[in-house]
Amino acid sequence: MTRAEKRKAFWERNRKSGGYLLKKKIGAALYSLGRGILIFGLCFLILQPLIQKLALSLMSESDLFDRSIVLIPKHFSVQSFQNAWRQFSTKDYSALRTFRTSFLLSVAVGLLQMLSCTLVGYGFARYKFPFKKALFVCVIVMLIVPPTTIITPLYLYFQNFDIFGIIGLFNHGKGLNLLGSATPYLMMCATCAGYKAGLYIYMMRQHFRNEPKELEEAAYVDGCGRLRTFFQILLPGARPMMVSCFLFAFVWNWADQVYMKVFFPVTKWALVSNKLLGAADAFNGENIIKYGESYHTPEASLSQLNASAVLIALAPLLVIYVIAQKSFVESISASGIKG
Amino acid sequence: MSQDINKLTEDQLDETVRINVNAAVDDAEAELSGVASEAAEVADQAEDSFEAAAEKAAAAVEQASEEDDPFTAAKKSAFASARKNPASDKPKRKRTKNLERGNAIAGILFCLPFIIGFLLFLCYPLGMSLYMTLNRVSATPGQGLKFEWLGLWNSSSNFYWIFKIDTDYYEALGNELERMLLFVPGILVFSFFMASLLNQEFRGRTVVRAIYFLPVILSAGVFLGLESNNQLLSSISDAMKEENSAAVITKTLEDILLSGETGNKFFQYVIDIVGQVYDIAMSSGIQIIIFLSGLQTIPPSMYEAAKMEGCTGWESFWKITFPMISSMILVNVVYTVIDFFTRTDSGLMKVINDTLLIRFEYGKMAAESWVFFLIIAAFLGIVFLIFSRRVYYHD
Repeated sequence: MTRAEKRKAFWERNRKSGGYLLKKKIGAALYSLGRGILIFGLCFLILQPLIQKLALSLMSESDLFDRSIVLIPKHFSVQSFQNAWRQFSTKDYSALRTFRTSFLLSVAVGLLQMLSCTLVGYGFARYKFPFKKALFVCVIVMLIVPPTTIITPLYLYFQNFDIFGIIGLFNHGKGLNLLGSATPYLMMCATCAGYKAGLYIYMMRQHFRNEPKELEEAAYVDGCGRLRTFFQILLPGARPMMVSCFLFAFVWNWADQVYMKVFFPVTKWALVSNKLLGAADAFNGENIIKYGESYHTPEASLSQLNASAVLIALAPLLVIYVIAQKSFVESISASGIKG
Repeated sequence: MSQDINKLTEDQLDETVRINVNAAVDDAEAELSGVASEAAEVADQAEDSFEAAAEKAAAAVEQASEEDDPFTAAKKSAFASARKNPASDKPKRKRTKNLERGNAIAGILFCLPFIIGFLLFLCYPLGMSLYMTLNRVSATPGQGLKFEWLGLWNSSSNFYWIFKIDTDYYEALGNELERMLLFVPGILVFSFFMASLLNQEFRGRTVVRAIYFLPVILSAGVFLGLESNNQLLSSISDAMKEENSAAVITKTLEDILLSGETGNKFFQYVIDIVGQVYDIAMSSGIQIIIFLSGLQTIPPSMYEAAKMEGCTGWESFWKITFPMISSMILVNVVYTVIDFFTRTDSGLMKVINDTLLIRFEYGKMAAESWVFFLIIAAFLGIVFLIFSRRVYYHD
């Protein structure tokens, strides 16, 4: 059937239906147009800060003061990216090393949180033991305690770290000062007390609950022990959810400022997050590191520098997100089912 | 001849049938007597607990009179009492008990990391900060902390100070709660709206979904604070605030709506939400996905059936969609409240941090964050109590 014929047939049917078909078609078209505009607008709302920052970072210095430029710069320049990149370096370390440290730390934190929360999630999902409900309430409590409430006692605790006086026995009655090293935070992550660990426990529990029980029963009947059942039967199936947990832990740790600020002080550790915070303070104040010369920097170039620094810090996360978008989104939808 | 044979076979058949029937009757009788003896046995065993026996007998009589069939009734009661009788399945029970204990130990071992972490890195610091709220805590370099007991409520205690003397905290707390009442419904409505948009079929759905989830990354931790000085948005809100700009359509709309006598507060509320749409969109990534997954579990046949019965879209929303996603609404409310309160860029967090970092008042800071924590806990508890009974689970 050619196009003209199709059109003819459509008008014929429309005439028969008394104009109803045309009305319906126009209504559907208007609806999808309106929906398209709405979706586009809201997408723009979310992407706008990124676009804005990118545009701002690409402007050359003269463009910053040109009122006629809104988004697209007249003279492109990557100068501001170079300046912002230098903000991530310290006297001793290059900016690349800052990113490497941050990356390694986030990977370690992510792995520890993922492993511990998988174990705990499985325990909650499959075993019955006394006070289980109360313990799960504790998970929720852990989620809702604002980190600021416990951060000072934690700081003091790790300054003089001791478990029931055991370490004190060997160390002249004094605990260990663990501050400044990565040990305290890694220890917290390994025991499910890290940032947002309650959420990961909840996600893993939800995953294991939806797994069919027959899987384990078959394994038990065949003579598999509990540990072996967990590692050989259930873990392979849980891999996608574990990857999601790892990704969330990685991303949130990369950008975390609460625990990072306390356990990884900027004086000892060069991390992307605390460098970015330090840079933000520097942007607001005066001591901006301009190599070669130091002069009072106008506000426009400060915000330009700020934008570039944020973009550089965000770039690894965006790359990860684009690659692993599916496991981010699907983990949440899987964990939401059945409340 | 053949007729004879036929007759014979018929007779034989009859005979066999009769024998079979007889045998069946015999069997049934034997079974009955067996059941009866079983029942008697059970009754004997139950003799030591007179009441139980009486109960069983009563139950048996009741069942018998109800069902008008003494065989099955007797059998049933016998089986029931046999099941209840602890003596008859003792070894089995022991085995299950062992299994249960093993499972309990295994469960506790699996949860051990969490138990340790909870006790060491949450309970201890929480208790410590609770103790700090009741003390004046001063830090001297090199010597650690010094505690000085103040008590719960008197003119020098920390709680008295944050509620009666310091105005910053009180005000920030009020603002935060007000903002929460604005945000939580706003986020819920927005994310539900977006989820139902994304639930429809259109081209590029995955891309749009990915973009809506992007704020989870964009608004994480450090970036959130840096996001707030957003040039374009601030210039827009500046334009909206200008008094004379009648050209700005939202301003005109606001004027018209607010000039009416009734519903002033409601319109003000809606306008406030619309003004915050950027923040709302930035903090509703996860909620959209949760709602979306909820919407996708509703079978389309439900809507088809409703449509056949003459339901309008509005009716099928309230009668099908809303009950089906009510559990998601609860999850989302809880998540939103937690997420809203633990974010680090709020005015309240700034006040709390200032107390610590500028004034070095450990005790007051602890009191401030404890009050905050208790309010969150109470709020979530209330939400949970109200909603968890009304949530509908479709299985």
